[in-house]
Amino acid sequence: MNAAFPLMGNSGAAASAATSKSRVAAEGSTTSASGANTLRMKVTKVNFYYGKNHALHNVSLDVATNRVTALIGPSGCGKSTLLRTLNRMYETLRQTRLEGEIALDGVNILTMDVTNLRRLVGMVFQKPNPFPKSIYENVAYGLRINGHVGRLNEAVEKSLRRAALWDEVKDKLQKSAYALSGGQQQRLCIARALAVDPEVLLLDEPCSALDPVNTAKIEELLFELKPSCTLVIVTHNMQQAARVSDSTAFMLNGDLIEFSPTGQMFTTPSDPRTEAYITGRFG
Amino acid sequence: MNARLMWRKTLNVTMLSLTGVCVLITVSVLFFILGYLVYNGGKDLSWNFFTRLPAPVGEVGGGMANAILGSLKLLFLAALFGVPIGLLGGVYLSEFGGRTLPFIVRYTADLLNGVPSIVIGIFAYALIVMPMHHFSTLAGGFALGIMVIPTVLRNTESFLSEVPSSLREGAFAMGANKWKMVATVVLPAASRGILTGVLLALARVAGETAPLLFTAFGNRYWSPGWMQPTSSLPVIIYTYATGPYEDWHRQAWAAGLVLLGLVLVTNILVRAFLSRGTSFERS
Repeated sequence: MNAAFPLMGNSGAAASAATSKSRVAAEGSTTSASGANTLRMKVTKVNFYYGKNHALHNVSLDVATNRVTALIGPSGCGKSTLLRTLNRMYETLRQTRLEGEIALDGVNILTMDVTNLRRLVGMVFQKPNPFPKSIYENVAYGLRINGHVGRLNEAVEKSLRRAALWDEVKDKLQKSAYALSGGQQQRLCIARALAVDPEVLLLDEPCSALDPVNTAKIEELLFELKPSCTLVIVTHNMQQAARVSDSTAFMLNGDLIEFSPTGQMFTTPSDPRTEAYITGRFG
Repeated sequence: MNARLMWRKTLNVTMLSLTGVCVLITVSVLFFILGYLVYNGGKDLSWNFFTRLPAPVGEVGGGMANAILGSLKLLFLAALFGVPIGLLGGVYLSEFGGRTLPFIVRYTADLLNGVPSIVIGIFAYALIVMPMHHFSTLAGGFALGIMVIPTVLRNTESFLSEVPSSLREGAFAMGANKWKMVATVVLPAASRGILTGVLLALARVAGETAPLLFTAFGNRYWSPGWMQPTSSLPVIIYTYATGPYEDWHRQAWAAGLVLLGLVLVTNILVRAFLSRGTSFERS
């Protein structure tokens, strides 16, 4: 059974195989032991509705373990909606409905406890949204609401290091998170998401509010996270998708038009609409 | 063309001076009252005023210790009754309510806010004084508590709805359920505004006389416990100011000064204290 989770290797690898099994029930797992090609998440024929608005049409997507999957497409194409189905964030909105199946390590997330799911599938938003607390408490938040009390110094330091923010904030952990710059705030949000050791990290246009220098820092960070975390990133910026992702999904009007390895997508797209979009003929 | 320019300039200067004059009037009213109170009441303030009971008629000296303590006790009860109800009601309106019910509750709260304070006094009289057959601190505190509810409720609601939804999303994405999200992120983010509102509401009712006339009544002596009639600053000001003795008038001025000072000092202290905390960023 341990072999079913070969790439669970977060820094806390020793316990991860065992804990993962309890976090996601192992039975019915579709993941195989063939290393890098395993699937962390599998979206199968998902239809999504905002009230009567049919926002996703029969979308299927495979999210490979410890890879970066990028979702691109023009505004309103449904890429953010698709991202928000992966941790069921759509449930915070009224009158939404999802049909189809989304599996995390072989388990249907629609049947999982949502708190548990969101621990496993973290999320970073478009605009940095640190809580009005200290830097330390921001990172500790996820652990605190899961019942940890007292000092969490080690976990906080580890998360801040993983988010490449530790050296910049180690002397001012008790300062307000709003004292940080926009780029630092976004990395703090990444650290906050990493603190609960998620298997998947969803990033919803994480760099759209940042300048090029901070964007580069975040992109570099994504590379560093890849060995320990599966990443799904929504981006408006096609160059960014080309730089950071391993595979790319192109969406248009709620349809997933093409899903292929990034290199192939940006050199020899198979669908004419994809080609039109990435060569800048529309969108 | 020139005439038009002249007209515009004149209008501009006129409006600017008009708004300036209005600001000046607003500010000067407060300072006039404060100055008048200090001028008339200041010379009668002494240590005895804060520590002694009222002197019998015709005897010089004496203080209002019982009224000061009585007012504090009444405000404590008002906060105890009114603040939790207003606060939690406001949380419900902002975070949990649908559409119709909050509308009705808001409307009701605004109506309650407009109910004359003497009517609230009659209500407390009928509800508490009549069954108990005597006036009490409890009844007075209850009456003031009812007056606190609508202000706190509306104020809490408006500050909560100002908290950006990105913070709520952030908490949800960390796996918080709704109540945890509200308790750990939204309420702390709005805490400064909410507390300021609570204090303003209490400051308002601190000066209420009408609802106390036949609930807390008045007392020449100390009022032990919560079940006895008690003296309070507004009522004693009313009694002394309308009394026939010159000495009483001077004491009433002093009591007015103490009442205003009490409200001002609390306000300033709490604001100073709150300004050290973190609040959310306004963008």
